[in-house]
Amino acid sequence: MSSHRVWVYGDHVNTDVIFPGKYTYTLKDPDKMSSVALQDLDDNFASQVQPGDVIVAGRNWGCGSSREQAVTALKYAGVRTIIAVSFSGLYFRNCINQGVHPIVCPELADRLQTGDHIEIDLDEHVIVANGQAYPIPTLSPTVRAILDADGLVNMLQQRDWSITEQV
Amino acid sequence: MSGYTFVEKALARAAHVESARAGDVLDVQPDLIFSHDNSAAIRRIFMQTGAQRIARPDRVAFTLDHAAPAPTTQHAQNHAEIREWVQEQGVANFFEVGRGICHQVISEEALILPGEVILGADSHSTHYGWLGAFGMGVGRTEMAALWATGELWLQVPEAMRITLTGQLRPGVTSKDLALYILGQWGADGGQYRSVEFAGDGISSLTLDQRAVLPNMMAEFGAMNAYLPPDQAIFDYLERNRQRDYTPLYPDDDAIYAADYTIDLSTLEPQVAIPHSPDNVHNLSDVIGRPIQQAFIGTCTNGRYEDLAAAAQVLSGQRVAVRTIVIPASSEVLLRATRTGVLQTLIEAGATINTPGCGPCMGNHMGIPAPDEATISTGNRNFRGRMGTAQADIYLASPAVVAASAIAGAIADPNSILIQHAINAPGAIL
Repeated sequence: MSSHRVWVYGDHVNTDVIFPGKYTYTLKDPDKMSSVALQDLDDNFASQVQPGDVIVAGRNWGCGSSREQAVTALKYAGVRTIIAVSFSGLYFRNCINQGVHPIVCPELADRLQTGDHIEIDLDEHVIVANGQAYPIPTLSPTVRAILDADGLVNMLQQRDWSITEQV
Repeated sequence: MSGYTFVEKALARAAHVESARAGDVLDVQPDLIFSHDNSAAIRRIFMQTGAQRIARPDRVAFTLDHAAPAPTTQHAQNHAEIREWVQEQGVANFFEVGRGICHQVISEEALILPGEVILGADSHSTHYGWLGAFGMGVGRTEMAALWATGELWLQVPEAMRITLTGQLRPGVTSKDLALYILGQWGADGGQYRSVEFAGDGISSLTLDQRAVLPNMMAEFGAMNAYLPPDQAIFDYLERNRQRDYTPLYPDDDAIYAADYTIDLSTLEPQVAIPHSPDNVHNLSDVIGRPIQQAFIGTCTNGRYEDLAAAAQVLSGQRVAVRTIVIPASSEVLLRATRTGVLQTLIEAGATINTPGCGPCMGNHMGIPAPDEATISTGNRNFRGRMGTAQADIYLASPAVVAASAIAGAIADPNSILIQHAINAPGAIL
């Protein structure tokens, strides 16, 4: 069980506001990337976010472009879990492949405010907020393995390429 | 047992399994993978994996289109890195600055064929459904993994069916249909689904019109979209294709999570207003809103017929605001040059830029100032999309954008087209 402060956002927050397209070929440094995260939506986020904070969003979080920086900019800011009513498909995949845990939880967004705290218990698959428990959906073994490895790159690093390349 | 949807068949084929159902997680081996200006960033991720060589360089394509020609030294270095990587890895399909936008170029080159699977490091990779292929966008890390291994995990999505009946009225385009779908069912109406179009209405759409639909389904949240390919598609691909293929069609008794029907003859021109592609209104409700820039181009509406439709409106007219035309490919540019479409556009005061993505995602060649409004044939009008969060973006068809360029405000092309018809009966571009 771990405790997390939440940042609560609404529906259809798109990747252009999470990480603006104009930076996609110019900003590469993790600190700089996290410093522009959500800048067009929430002035306070980048300056006040703390490692371990969790985003709790409405419907279709991360719609729009497939840009991965919309996940990594938040990861570099210390966000390792994102909870939403629903995710865009590409964003959901990008989260997993970056080792950020996307949790679909339809009930939570309406019941929390930015600054509230929640408890997450991955062993029991449950989120506790305001004394109430919300289930965390289970993931397929493939997806679980990628998250456990902290992302797809780390999982690939565990492969023995000297063998596979001879095949 | 019920039949299979298109996406179930296409992903089962690419995963080399007998059959698959929605919800199954498969290791899919795509027929083609591609990326664009982001290829250098993908290379840096690839180097971290420990792999040395791209597994199947013959099935890899790169285009330079997102910021091409390079607007800054930094962008130029990025392109240089990509060219070096192409040489080093023997990437078989590389398209230089000016060849055009990835989705248009890969279609023209017939690098992907009906029934096949294509994964691209670009969210509009849903585009390839217009050829009857499964196309899906992936992130940079996923593309690096695809280079390394030639395969990727995918969860087979549920499918929804949109049946098109009847025919579009004159002046109404597939862009209006795509916007109508977004307006009706919202930006997550197709979320994590395969959007499979069906019905007689499809055959009434020209090829350039068809490509708009799966492209814009990226804005619908779709994983992929699909139009059943017909003889017109097979003929289009025949010139350049280098493989045999087997088109795939959904079974009649396939199960869909949602099933909608649209009568094309009932649609009017549509406009998406700031700041979301599903904030859609009838053109008649937004006429007169001032604009300071018009943009005709992108993977959504930068094809020949789009330029021709704009030229038809602009013929003999003069634009009141700066009007930027960017053909989707060099092939489109050449055709528009040969037929006189380009001359008509330039005579009307429009300017032509290098084939590519242009200002669509705020990189260059038409960035608006704060408090300016742009009307665009593109696909996204999110706040900040074109570079500044203070600018408004409207999305519409090429004819509506052209009419608005003349008026300096959102305008209906029909009144202009009727005037043309009176002045020169029978003259159609």
